[in-house]
Amino acid sequence: MPARQTSDGSLVKRCRAGDHEAWIAIVDRYSRYVYAIAVRAFRLSDADAEDVFQEVFTRAYERLDTLRDDGALKPWIGQMTRNLCIDHIRSRSREDVAEEPLDPADSEDVIGRLDAAMAVREAMGHLPENCNDILDRFFARDQSYRAIGEQLSIPPGTIASRISRCLAKLKSSLGEAFA
Amino acid sequence: MNEIDEQQVARLIAELPPPPRGWTEAAYEIPVTQAELDRVIERIEADEQFRTAVQAGLDKALVDAGIEPSDALMAGLRRHLATGE
Repeated sequence: MPARQTSDGSLVKRCRAGDHEAWIAIVDRYSRYVYAIAVRAFRLSDADAEDVFQEVFTRAYERLDTLRDDGALKPWIGQMTRNLCIDHIRSRSREDVAEEPLDPADSEDVIGRLDAAMAVREAMGHLPENCNDILDRFFARDQSYRAIGEQLSIPPGTIASRISRCLAKLKSSLGEAFA
Repeated sequence: MNEIDEQQVARLIAELPPPPRGWTEAAYEIPVTQAELDRVIERIEADEQFRTAVQAGLDKALVDAGIEPSDALMAGLRRHLATGE
């Protein structure tokens, strides 16, 4: 079963049993979320964001046995990321008092949006592979029509209509989830 | 009730770009590094000569023992030696 259709709970159980592919799937599923929390919600520099990113996944791997509800992997990883970002900011503000303090409410607003984005990402995982891929390339990875056309061997003239069709499919599948 | 529109969906997709190249690949290797870390810690605890060498110089002790001192392994060992965790 493709990793994106496998539940978090199942991946966690398999990971605990030593299944490395399950761990890779967990990293794939949450890498963008952790990265976005660090750079968008807490505005960390790339260097700090990378430290947080590696520390989150290191702690998640080391402490997987402490996760009480295997289905609560996302909030667990999200909270760990928040806490590490805040720790980084606090240690930086001790070094540089001139830096403007971050408003916690701003960070929470962004994280709320990222949670919605993760729901959209999950829905993308249920689209046909070519739809998921083209939407990701255009909107998330900001690739041009030409780059997409070259990499997917698709005529550039057809890309706009493909994106439009795939976006319509995705919106339809999201339906009342965002009502 | 307002249904989400396609522009909103597109904006939400854009909220989650992939992290820079290399970050996820390094995270994939965490279990491998953890296993190696556990082996080295076990050896530090069981082998007095190795423990003495580590205390004198971690990098050299690892190299002399034929263990590659990767950044991740070194960071894990330093954390263990500092905190006991």
